[in-house]
Amino acid sequence: MRITRMALQYRWRLFAGLITIFLASGFQLAIPILIGSAVDAARSLDGNNVEIANGMVVSAIDEITGVFGEGSDPAKTALIIIAVLLFIMSVGRGLSAMIQNYMGESIGQAIGYELRMLYYEKLQRLSFSYHAGVHTGDLITRGIIDVEGVRMFVQTALLRTVFLIVLIGTGMYLMLSEDLTLGLISLSFVPFVAWRATAARLKLRSNWYQLQERLSALTKVMDENLGGIRVVRAFASQDHEMKKFDEASNETLALANIQVGIRASNISLMGVAFMLAMAAVLWVGGLKVIDGELSPGELTQFLAFMSILLQPVRQIGMMINGYARGSATGGRLFAVLDLVPEIQDKPDAKDLVISKGTLEFHNVSFGYEGEHTLNGVSFKVEPGHTIGIVGPPGSGKSTIAHLVPRFYDPIEGYITIDGQDLRDVTLDSLRKAVGVVEQDTFLFTASVEHNVAYGDPWAPDDRIELASKYAQLGDYIERLPSGYNTLVGERGVSLSGGQRQRLSIARSIMLKPKLIVFDDSTASIDAATEQRIRAALTDLTKDRATIIISHRLSSLMHADEILFIEQGNIVERGTHEELLALGGHYNDLYELQIRPTEFDSAHRESEGRDNDGGGS
Amino acid sequence: MATRDVHERSHEIPPKASIKLGPTQDEEVFGNAFSGQVVGRFLKYVMAYKALLWVAITAVLVFTITSIAIPLIVRNVYDDALKEGAGDRSKLAVMVIAFLIAIGFNFVANYLQELIVGRVAERILIDMRRAMYSHLQRISLSFMDKTEIGKLMSRLQGDVAALQEFLQTAVFALGDLVLLIGIIGAMIWLDWRLGLMTLAVLPTLFIIRIIWLPYARRSFLRARVTSSIVSGALAENINGIRAVQGMSREYVNYDLFDIRATDNLKAANRASKFGVMMLPIVDTLTGAAMAIIVIMGGFFVLGGTIEVGVMVAFVLFVQRFFDPIRALTMHYNVLQRAMASGERIFEVIDVPVDIADKPNAIDPDEIDGSIKFENVTFGYLPNQPILKNINFEVKPGETVALVGPTGSGKTSTTALVHRFYDIWEGSVKVGGYDVRDVTQDSLGRHVSMVLQEPFLFSGTIFENIKYAKDDATREDIVAAAQAVGAHEFIMKLPEGYETELEQRGGNLSLGQRQLISFARAIVADAKILVLDEATASIDSYTEMLIQQALQRLMEGRTGMVIAHRLATIRGADRIIVLQDGEIIEMGNHDELMELGGLYSRLYSMNYASFDDIPDELIQQATQAAEGTST
Ligand SMILES: Nc1ncnc2c1ncn2[C@@H]1O[C@H](COP(=O)(O)OP(=O)(O)OP(=O)(O)O)[C@@H](O)[C@H]1O
Ligand SMILES: Nc1ncnc2c1ncn2[C@@H]1O[C@H](COP(=O)(O)OP(=O)(O)OP(=O)(O)O)[C@@H](O)[C@H]1O
Ligand SMILES: [Mg+2]
Ligand SMILES: [Mg+2]
Repeated sequence: MRITRMALQYRWRLFAGLITIFLASGFQLAIPILIGSAVDAARSLDGNNVEIANGMVVSAIDEITGVFGEGSDPAKTALIIIAVLLFIMSVGRGLSAMIQNYMGESIGQAIGYELRMLYYEKLQRLSFSYHAGVHTGDLITRGIIDVEGVRMFVQTALLRTVFLIVLIGTGMYLMLSEDLTLGLISLSFVPFVAWRATAARLKLRSNWYQLQERLSALTKVMDENLGGIRVVRAFASQDHEMKKFDEASNETLALANIQVGIRASNISLMGVAFMLAMAAVLWVGGLKVIDGELSPGELTQFLAFMSILLQPVRQIGMMINGYARGSATGGRLFAVLDLVPEIQDKPDAKDLVISKGTLEFHNVSFGYEGEHTLNGVSFKVEPGHTIGIVGPPGSGKSTIAHLVPRFYDPIEGYITIDGQDLRDVTLDSLRKAVGVVEQDTFLFTASVEHNVAYGDPWAPDDRIELASKYAQLGDYIERLPSGYNTLVGERGVSLSGGQRQRLSIARSIMLKPKLIVFDDSTASIDAATEQRIRAALTDLTKDRATIIISHRLSSLMHADEILFIEQGNIVERGTHEELLALGGHYNDLYELQIRPTEFDSAHRESEGRDNDGGGS
Repeated sequence: MATRDVHERSHEIPPKASIKLGPTQDEEVFGNAFSGQVVGRFLKYVMAYKALLWVAITAVLVFTITSIAIPLIVRNVYDDALKEGAGDRSKLAVMVIAFLIAIGFNFVANYLQELIVGRVAERILIDMRRAMYSHLQRISLSFMDKTEIGKLMSRLQGDVAALQEFLQTAVFALGDLVLLIGIIGAMIWLDWRLGLMTLAVLPTLFIIRIIWLPYARRSFLRARVTSSIVSGALAENINGIRAVQGMSREYVNYDLFDIRATDNLKAANRASKFGVMMLPIVDTLTGAAMAIIVIMGGFFVLGGTIEVGVMVAFVLFVQRFFDPIRALTMHYNVLQRAMASGERIFEVIDVPVDIADKPNAIDPDEIDGSIKFENVTFGYLPNQPILKNINFEVKPGETVALVGPTGSGKTSTTALVHRFYDIWEGSVKVGGYDVRDVTQDSLGRHVSMVLQEPFLFSGTIFENIKYAKDDATREDIVAAAQAVGAHEFIMKLPEGYETELEQRGGNLSLGQRQLISFARAIVADAKILVLDEATASIDSYTEMLIQQALQRLMEGRTGMVIAHRLATIRGADRIIVLQDGEIIEMGNHDELMELGGLYSRLYSMNYASFDDIPDELIQQATQAAEGTST
């Protein structure tokens, strides 16, 4: 498994972990042997019986008995020695268990960290086309819960599995070599446990996948409800929302119950299998003792072995859960990590070199899914010039804006800046040179200052203030009690629509882009404020190429060229005067917006009549 | 990843725009391990499953008792059936049968405890989440504005899960406690001298734990806090990915994230150290206890005071003795976390619903559609009024427009019609009723809104337009879409009305989203329609078509329209001009144009570009707008 391979990087810790595993199981297994001999030692009224006990102990005892001198009772001496050995073994077991656990956890944490960084990095690189199709709640869950799942898996399962195998393996060997029949009986639970474990793991795993899916559906419901809280309130749709919640929530409950059921039957079945084996040992072993084939000490040894194995057997149950979870969550995580961003630097990409800053679209076609959204769009903006774009909703204006910083690649045709194809330059240099004021403003839950300086985190205060002034936001901010440190709320809820847009303009100005695109970024701003923004920006846009997308014609009537887009085609193009002369769509818009009198008075008269009718 | 110079720089001077810290430290209270209040309230949720829980507790007890019984049976095997030279098969058989019976009980009890505790815990998880969620549906918007969704989500998910875990552990902790007491009792019963000697190690353990605890607790807490910071930073980057990529913040963010993730790594490793430290301590004490048993027990056996079976039982007990202790200390952790989580959950549940229906609130079936603002003063923050002494009236069937510079309070005014917020002074009347006297549900039915920001849900276009209007037919929906001019583009989509929208409608253009949200408001079929820049992202031509269609729909309805493109509202019966939260002009288009105030200036701005307009006009408008700010 891939996670195991990742763990192999931490060779030293893994090695230390493995060594301590062997130590720990050695100590662990020595304990029953010692206990067994202690029982026999205590039973023996005559010290010789001690020799029944394990050879190692016996020789140790013999050696040290000498030291004790003759007067002491050899049985007592033996007991003391065994006790000391027991104590040492226990301490040894504790220490090696500590190291082993620590190694396991620290590898787990290191891998968790590594995955987290990889995941973060990958998400930052994945292009818009990927992000558009996944729910942010899902991505967040993966980054938190799935990384945690993998970490827990590494931490508890990986080294622990080795430990259990070593422990159970050696235990088996010891028991079998001691007494074959009894050994076989006491191990009879192993195949059963192994079978249950595999069966349950498969079931749990598929259940886990389903549960995660349902959980992410539930997350989506809750997340959108809270994000769209104003809509929920506006439509007083709390009941509707509770119904959605209950449906999603009950689906998760059903699956969680199945999971609890599998776990409960698993744990209890494994436990009972083990206990049955113990009963059998007691019966068969007891008979053997009665027949004198076995010493009671040896029987104790068997029982002690078994009770040492009890914990590991229980843990197998838990680890199956861990495996199921680890492979399910690991699978989802790696699915993201393995994605190749659609848009990335070519291996030989160079930084964009801007000599003048001329942007040119060459017969560009583009579509999001199959169908074409743009068809053969060509235009050119020189520095200091402005292109205006108008068109009905969904005609492809924002799409054009998204192609400039290469959020998407054209399907046909190409885009150049100063003759360099966008696909041949590095994304970083391109995006630093191009500023897009997005139509759909996103603000971070942070202070005004942090939002303005988002693209230039080391900007001095005076630049931040200047940019805010340009965007006609300065006065407003300064009047706020906490000024630039005012928090804007999630996505800027505590700002008005126009304030959000102006903040976003200020943020883009901070980048000092060579080329700037305003995507309908003054729609919520009144005309007077907009005029002032434009007046302030004339300075800035003087030697830059500018694209203005707007529905308000006064915003772009002075553009050097205006494109009217409809269904991805440029249907009209020219200067304001040329387009008016053409008398097409643009002219219609103009009539509607700009010449209220003729177009409108007729319109208004009819309206007036309607109102009269309605009112009376 | 090559982090370039940014990497070095980010360590020297912190970058201006820092990733927010996620749940902040001050929020993580140094939780008491036990808060009677939290537990008491939690118990209320638990009590709903009283009967089941009694079964579970019985199962836990049975399980514990059989667990204690098993070593005792083994002891009897030794002492009765396997006596030296006096082995007795029938006694052995009896013992083994007793053993089997114990196993049987153990098995059933084990299964039941796992199953019931697990399921009840799942149910309670859902109950608590539901309680919190449904409360969130009622909490006022002023609370929601200040609260991050991410934090609420982590309460709805993480904190609820912590309480669930607590419940599970609590039941098992009970078992552990009984087990511990049972073992101690059994040991003393078997042989009190040996028992007491063995127990002598316990005080040492407690002393060590008392010293260890505060350090460990702090390190665990730190690990938890850093981890939630990491989660917060991740969530923020995912939500704002477009801004991140658009402004090339990847490198800086990566470095900042790295700092936080490294913090977390360190804290987690430290916490592990404290965690594993207990292992050798417990094992040393186990070793000591076993040594005592071997020596003293052995001597007793040699001296003939106890039988060997007792010693065997002791050894078996000691092995189990420390398990519950270890488990109990682990539960302590869970307990502490649960208390912190519980406090956070109840904190949400306790947020007062300051905008609640009056007990005798009326729920009128029909209203006349009038709106009346009387001396309304309102603000979001104390002492900072946003709307000042607003007075106006809209008659049934009238259409009124709100105009004014950005931030002048237009959206706030519409929010009051729907009672999103409660006003400070004055009264807002809808259909002749004070909004505080009617139910919020009825306001929802009689007032429908197109919000300034078009928010759509994941799901099909059809579901979005229909939204909460369960009795809307397909024809209603298509008619609404046609009225706003959305039908055409919807039909062009491969799946038509069944097209699945991505999050927030991301696969539509903004104008298209606005149209859908417009259609949604029409389907709601309310007496009053509030349009907050409903056509800001729509071209004038489409807008005109919508207006024509609306004329039919608006018959007999009241309209409240906000727009910056003044051509949109020229036809309104009345235009209210707001500036800095005050009404400065009111009248119809012609009257206001004649008045030559702010409206007429804004209007001329609209159809001219600044090059055309004489400088002084810009000056004037500029001053006018600046008047807003001074
Ligand atoms: N939830 C809120 N919390 C705190 N302040 C707010 C909140 N919503 C709005 N404000 C502030 O109240 C003032 C009025 O905002 P409002 O949204 O009513 O303006 P508006 O007239 O709709 O402006 P726009 O045309 O830009 O949408 C603004 O200064 C804004 O910052
Ligand atoms: N992420 C996406 N996935 C699929 N289709 C999309 C996506 N974004 C936009 N579209 C579709 O592409 C077309 C063009 O959208 P675009 O956003 O460019 O329109 P627009 O001209 O900016 O419109 P508006 O004036 O409403 O902003 C629309 O039909 C829209 O539904
Ligand atoms: Mg657009
Ligand atoms: Mg507004």
